[in-house]
Amino acid sequence: MAEMRFMQAINRALGDAMEADADVVLLGEDIAAPGGPFGVTRGLLDRFGESRVRDTPISEATIVGASVGAALSGLKPVVEIMFMDFMTVAMDAVVNQAAKAHFMFGSQRPVPMVIRTPHGGGLNAGPQHSQCLEAWFAHVPGLKVVCPSTAADAYGLMRAAIEDPNPVVFVENKSLYPIKEDFPDEPSHVAIGAATIARKGGDLTIVTYGAARKTATDAADILADDGVSAEILDLRGIQPWDEAAVLASLAKTHRLVVLHEAVEAFGAGAEIAARIADIGFDELDAPIVRVGAPFMPSPFGRGLEAEYIPNAERVVAAARRVLE
Amino acid sequence: MAKAKPTACDNRTARLRDLHERMVLIRRVETRLGELFAEDEIPGFIHLSIGQEATATGIGAALGTDDTISSTHRGHGHALAKGMDLGGFFLELFGKADGICAGRGGSMHVADFDIGMLGANGIVGAGLPIALGSALAHQVKGRKSLSAAFFGDGAMGEGVLHECLNLASIWSLPVLFVCENNGWGEFSPSDKMLATTPLKLAAAFDVPAKSVDGNDVEAVADLAGTLSDAIRAGKGPHLLECKTTRVLGHFAGDPQKYRDPAEIEALAKKDPILRAERKLRRAGISAGDLAATSERIDNAVEAAIMQARNGANADFASAAAAVYAGGA
Ligand SMILES: Cc1ncc(C[n+]2csc(CCOP(=O)(O)OP(=O)(O)O)c2C)c(N)n1
Ligand SMILES: [Mg+2]
Repeated sequence: MAEMRFMQAINRALGDAMEADADVVLLGEDIAAPGGPFGVTRGLLDRFGESRVRDTPISEATIVGASVGAALSGLKPVVEIMFMDFMTVAMDAVVNQAAKAHFMFGSQRPVPMVIRTPHGGGLNAGPQHSQCLEAWFAHVPGLKVVCPSTAADAYGLMRAAIEDPNPVVFVENKSLYPIKEDFPDEPSHVAIGAATIARKGGDLTIVTYGAARKTATDAADILADDGVSAEILDLRGIQPWDEAAVLASLAKTHRLVVLHEAVEAFGAGAEIAARIADIGFDELDAPIVRVGAPFMPSPFGRGLEAEYIPNAERVVAAARRVLE
Repeated sequence: MAKAKPTACDNRTARLRDLHERMVLIRRVETRLGELFAEDEIPGFIHLSIGQEATATGIGAALGTDDTISSTHRGHGHALAKGMDLGGFFLELFGKADGICAGRGGSMHVADFDIGMLGANGIVGAGLPIALGSALAHQVKGRKSLSAAFFGDGAMGEGVLHECLNLASIWSLPVLFVCENNGWGEFSPSDKMLATTPLKLAAAFDVPAKSVDGNDVEAVADLAGTLSDAIRAGKGPHLLECKTTRVLGHFAGDPQKYRDPAEIEALAKKDPILRAERKLRRAGISAGDLAATSERIDNAVEAAIMQARNGANADFASAAAAVYAGGA
């Protein structure tokens, strides 16, 4: 077991997928020669050449639209959108084209493409470079959405996403990129939509994904000092998400907190809470409580952003509410 | 002694002194921003326009307070050339409550609507239709104002520019498209990314266009003046390409490994401020005079930084109350 940074794990997954399948190509702004704005694609141009690793102009609508066309014509494009905020510029290609082509054209062709895009705050990058917009995409039938929290999962989910015959929005929290973690010698695929238990516990379940898993862990540590044992379920997949795993944990704990960095209102947590309130009603001993960002654009100033991003204290407070 | 009537030559020198002073201000502000960022006093993403001051300044000189501009991620110079208050600017970059945007926007989002500065922008190309819409408002309301849209060469890859050129042309809108062509879009040289030039692109949409040495502040101001006059006279949109130089990295802290050090070194010769200073010296302005200008500006900048440092932090409750206009 060696150590690997989160971003290196994605790089390795891209490289391994390109070795395994000559149809996999990479497109994006500054991803080839410069190796990506965050360095995620470093070295891949040298290994696979200009034909398969392409620097594009600043043309999000076109590079995502072109990925749809390429996917319908036999390639498996992995396109990078530098910040999730810029997905807005490519929205037609994602929502009206990629998501619908298989269905609308009578299942003639799949659309095997991946859109890699970083979300999340912590860099004081302000309202247009920090957003967590995954719920938008999870709302669109035809798209899959994943958001890993560990290096091994990033690898495994990327391999699965590239092999998936559907468009997958692969969300990478930028605060995770430099984090070094244990990485298996022989990493494996992770099924899209399969959650994992990040920490075992019996008193309540915290369902989360992405960088918020770390926040959940910090909260669980605080709760443990008070003798409360929290189970943390890392969803990994947001669309589809692992209902069965949430229900199984709930059957043990009977209490549920849903946590994400994204804005709480109308977020992924709203769907999870609504669904579990329905199918898990008999298991619940308390209302489901959500923790997410307040209903406000990501603010710039240091103090503002620090207060904006959900922290362990807020998760602990939510836990206390469901334990009342 | 009777006062001599100022000659055209004196007027030109006086104007160049103003332009020079404005450039020195932008340079000083950004040099300090780079330092404050490196010292972790200022957070976030900072894009410096060092080496490009003549474009912002020259365009700014052609505009009045009733004219509007939209800017880019590299917008400090545009804001200051349009007349943004130095105190409010620094307070914003420090994320303070009294910042020009209440500490909510930061470097990439400085704006001051009272002086027609419609915002720096974190999204490449996004300022273009905003300037276009502002020009539409000028037209509909019968104002003589114009709207200038700053964009980088990299933004030529975005379809929105092509759409804006078309719409401005068919509606004959009072827009001055200003392409700051520094040859780079982030880490990619634009000659590899763009199959055309700003002039050819403008020509395709029947928008008259000119190119200028963007590091010659007088040339920029002259041409911007001529094009603005044409726009104000109802001749529709025009485009001005300012060929300029990005001396530093894409963002503060960018080590620029992708760039040939010789290319960067050669840029010193093109420095717009040194060029203006050489001209001023030839026109009889003393070195002492120039040093005094620079000292006055340093003092103003340091005072603004001190004020910003000591300003109250932006407060969360007021941010939360500002999501919608007119209260929640
Ligand atoms: C829609 C969008 N795509 C990508 C980016 C990331 N980005 C910021 S600046 C930039 C390069 C812009 O180049 P140019 O327009 O020439 O301006 P310059 O940086 O040279 O001033 C890129 C790609 C962005 N901010 N917005
Ligand atoms: Mg440029």
